[in-house]
Amino acid sequence: MALANEHITAAAVAAAEYPDLVRQYQVTGVPKTIINETGEILGAVPEAAFVSQMIAALGAGSETPRPGETNDGPA
Amino acid sequence: MRSPADLEAALAGLTSPVKLVFFTQTFGCETCLPARQIVNRVAALSDQITVEEYNLVIDKEQAEAYGIQRVPAIAVVGAADTGIRFYGAPDGHELVSLVESILLVASGEPGLSDESRVRVADVDQPIEIQVFVTPT
Repeated sequence: MALANEHITAAAVAAAEYPDLVRQYQVTGVPKTIINETGEILGAVPEAAFVSQMIAALGAGSETPRPGETNDGPA
Repeated sequence: MRSPADLEAALAGLTSPVKLVFFTQTFGCETCLPARQIVNRVAALSDQITVEEYNLVIDKEQAEAYGIQRVPAIAVVGAADTGIRFYGAPDGHELVSLVESILLVASGEPGLSDESRVRVADVDQPIEIQVFVTPT
């Protein structure tokens, strides 16, 4: 995604090394993807679904899932 | 997932330069040395891969330029900064991801479907993606 658009940055974070981030983002399973601090994608999802959820996270607020919940897709 | 031999062969065939910008700090970073060793091993697989190292505390300008606040951190840079970062020592599966991102950056192609590319191209706000992973 980061290569496709200069507004997008993508980071892989080794969960075992950053316990404070694990707590901050409530990471209880991996992979867990955080979009702009509040959007969450649990598990690995197909590319099209990822793009949808990533774009949905831009309208932050009502559309983003609350921690522990997920919109759709396999865990 | 590709085998280590496949990845090594793919890296050996790189035809574009890729720079790994590595951020470390002198104290309080237990995984910085292992991370640097992994970066060195990856860079040794291709003449096209170079490594630059900066200290988070001493090299503040570079840390700000790359948006680095935690170490160890690796920024994967092609013709320009790609916005791709790895935080923590890249073991196991994360090493595969690092190598694949090097290959992707060198190719100059995002590797997305046409449909995804169109949708992603429309994004005009900053998006920060953080993927939490473990080595296995």
